[in-house]
Amino acid sequence: MRDLRRWLRPGHLGTEAELATFRTLHSASRSAPELREGLTTESAERAVRHLRDLLGVPAVALTDTVTMLAWDGRFAHHERDTAALAANVLESGGTVVRDRKDFSCTHAGCGLRQVVISPLVVEDRVVGTLQAFTSSASAGLVRAATEVARWVSGNLELAELDASRTRLMEAEVRALRAQISPHFIYNSLTAIASFVRTDPERARELLLEFADFTRYSFSRHGEYTTLAEELRSIERYLVLEKARFGDRLQVTLRVAQEVLPVAVPFLCLQPLVENAVRHGLERKPGTGRVTIIAADQAGECLITVEDDGVGEDPEKVRRALAGDASDDSVGLGNVDARLRTAFGDDYGLVVETGPGAGTRVLVRVPKFAHGVHP
Amino acid sequence: MTAAGYSVLGVTAVFVATLAVGAYGWRFSRTTSDFFVASRTVRPGLNASAIGGEYLSAASFLGVAGLVLAFGTEMLWYPVGWTAGYLVLLVLVAAPLRRSGAYTLPDFAESRLESRGVRRLSALLVVAIGWLYLMPQFQGAGIALAATTGTGPWLGGVLVATVVLVNVLFGGMRSITFVQAFQYWLKLTALLFPLLFMVGIWLGDGGISPASVDVGDAGPAGDSWVSPLAGTDHELYTTYSIIIATFLGTMGLPHVVVRFYTNPDGAAARRTTLFVLALLGVFYLLPPVYGGLGRLYAPDLVASGRTESLVLELPARMLAGTLGDLLSALTTAGAFAAFLSTSSGLTVAVAGVISQDVLGRRFGGVRAFQAGAVVAVLVPLGLALAAEGVGVAQAVGLAFAFAASTFCPLLVLGIWWRRLTDVGAIAGMVVGGGCAGGAVIATLLGVAPVGWPGALLGQPAAWTVPLAFLVMVGVSLATPRRLPPHAARTMVRLHTPEAVQLDRGTPPR
Repeated sequence: MRDLRRWLRPGHLGTEAELATFRTLHSASRSAPELREGLTTESAERAVRHLRDLLGVPAVALTDTVTMLAWDGRFAHHERDTAALAANVLESGGTVVRDRKDFSCTHAGCGLRQVVISPLVVEDRVVGTLQAFTSSASAGLVRAATEVARWVSGNLELAELDASRTRLMEAEVRALRAQISPHFIYNSLTAIASFVRTDPERARELLLEFADFTRYSFSRHGEYTTLAEELRSIERYLVLEKARFGDRLQVTLRVAQEVLPVAVPFLCLQPLVENAVRHGLERKPGTGRVTIIAADQAGECLITVEDDGVGEDPEKVRRALAGDASDDSVGLGNVDARLRTAFGDDYGLVVETGPGAGTRVLVRVPKFAHGVHP
Repeated sequence: MTAAGYSVLGVTAVFVATLAVGAYGWRFSRTTSDFFVASRTVRPGLNASAIGGEYLSAASFLGVAGLVLAFGTEMLWYPVGWTAGYLVLLVLVAAPLRRSGAYTLPDFAESRLESRGVRRLSALLVVAIGWLYLMPQFQGAGIALAATTGTGPWLGGVLVATVVLVNVLFGGMRSITFVQAFQYWLKLTALLFPLLFMVGIWLGDGGISPASVDVGDAGPAGDSWVSPLAGTDHELYTTYSIIIATFLGTMGLPHVVVRFYTNPDGAAARRTTLFVLALLGVFYLLPPVYGGLGRLYAPDLVASGRTESLVLELPARMLAGTLGDLLSALTTAGAFAAFLSTSSGLTVAVAGVISQDVLGRRFGGVRAFQAGAVVAVLVPLGLALAAEGVGVAQAVGLAFAFAASTFCPLLVLGIWWRRLTDVGAIAGMVVGGGCAGGAVIATLLGVAPVGWPGALLGQPAAWTVPLAFLVMVGVSLATPRRLPPHAARTMVRLHTPEAVQLDRGTPPR
């Protein structure tokens, strides 16, 4: 009952000052997601309205270093002045105030007499300006414009961060593509050479496999491919490894045909199989078995890559998944990150391993994800 | 051994075989190989057999034979429509649907219209259609078991539901292509083999025309039996309504669409559909022959209202002794194989949608799927036990009418019309689904009036489908601002053959 009375009391939502703060924060939060896309005409047009709400002036403009991006408010005939005004802060790098001397006006009744120009700075570089037009610029407005410009700059820096993260991911895929290890090339060619005289036909087949394998890995490919394509490349890889290891390498492939059209990130299984062969064979004597299973589970596909090799310290795998590239687990963190980017955080890699216990890597892929097409 | 004994034996064998395949299904589901075969995709012929195996429901072929026996040739529109539905699918939907990458209908709705709202509504409709289509399967199973062994009319449905549920809960989380393909050939054999004997006997008896005999007061006389549009009231409207529902409803069946995902590309999807047309065309020749022979050798079924058990009883009536009993047991076993395969396919499809779109992330993947499967089976089983008065073929027809009034406009306009908006799609599906659903409920409850209103409610497709199209187009035109942002890019992807090199682009997420 007391709660109810407190709710009904006037002003329970806060004092006038608090309400003003809430309104300010609301306007700020509305423009933040727009600015996170970076400084473009579209993002500026969507954000500028909220910025004018924040500043409470008749007109606000956003520019980059050479042209105007967006205008909001009255007296739009001053749009043409914004580019010239922007040049004022490019050298100084600080907030300046200009008046009618710098932007002439012949319109009767135009209320814009002064403009506060604040630079937008990303990584110590001026990338644009925020211009607040008003009838007379108070000290408070100058300070507010400076703070808003700084806040916008902060969001643009975050946008820059997002963009560079995407670029990094793309670079990693390119690196992965180029990362067919020199050892693998050397070992494959040596194995093929050993057949040239004893079994020329087999040597020829292996060379063709080698050519096809490298063509797929180096191909200018989109972000996604089908599981069938990915498995075909893995089969070629295994044929070449089998030529080298002979009967020491035992391979089992169990693939449900129903999941072959599933879209997966390009080269997302290759690193896992490569790891399995290395762990399963290279560091232990005798035969090693690599098992690759792709199973159909209603709306999902479950892919398992398993070896019975020396295993791995789980802590080391955790570090590799967290992005520590110093480890020799080729591309594990990269594959994990790309699966999460494509399908969401529910679809990360699961690695089951222990020293001497072999390794099993589980990949779950949904049959459909919005925006993922081979 | 008695006739009932053979039938029980046959049905038990089918149940055991189904459970065994479910338990050891991985042997069929996975291509075990050393090299170079594992990545070979499913061939169109095999995939088409699998679609046929899942699609040919016993409710449909038992129902059609009974309807032809009772009402004559105009009932041939049912098998014609169920087959021709794939022609519409082939021409308008198959390849673009495959190229969209969608696994279920909600997936397609989301990828085309970029809206979670349309996705949720589609998920609800998939569940509704699944339930509506499962109900006659369970009903039919009850009728079949009662006809051959004399048990209560509910036992067959409960048995089929139990086997399906056990199968799906313990590892059957997939509809295995090879097993489903085998089902088609099993059904074809189970119907064709007895028919060869029976046609031989009919020819031996002089090959009398089924139209030349009279079955008394219960059914139409010979002349009206063979001539179309000579039966009940509003014949022309009802016929067109059946045609629209069956031609356009096939594409909205959840277990059919899921199968198209297995095709590697759009061209393979088209080839698969072509094979399906051939396979269904052959199969649906058989039930009408049963209907015609039934008029000569089992006319009393019309009077007693048990026309749906015609396929199961006819062999034993025409062939004396053990051979007849064995052949009857064969058709019964084939019918139960069909009940199981169709119900399994539907249950997997419906459970998948329930677990993904309704239960969400509250449960884990497998748990959610199992919970979804329980819901997917129990609700229609309850409906089947409650609504005993509705004919099996009629219930199947209502499921088609409902699918045609909701997903047909979504698919056809979504694929062929750029200006479809999410609001338009929702409005069209709500109006079409609401009207068709209302008609279905009125029919199931048995409150449908006589005369024109009765005809409009009993066969709603002829007015609900155009209405849904109109609403979808009208509302889309009225809301041009709701156009999906990447509509043009989506359309390019839907309609460009995969062999064409072009930048299909990945829309930003």
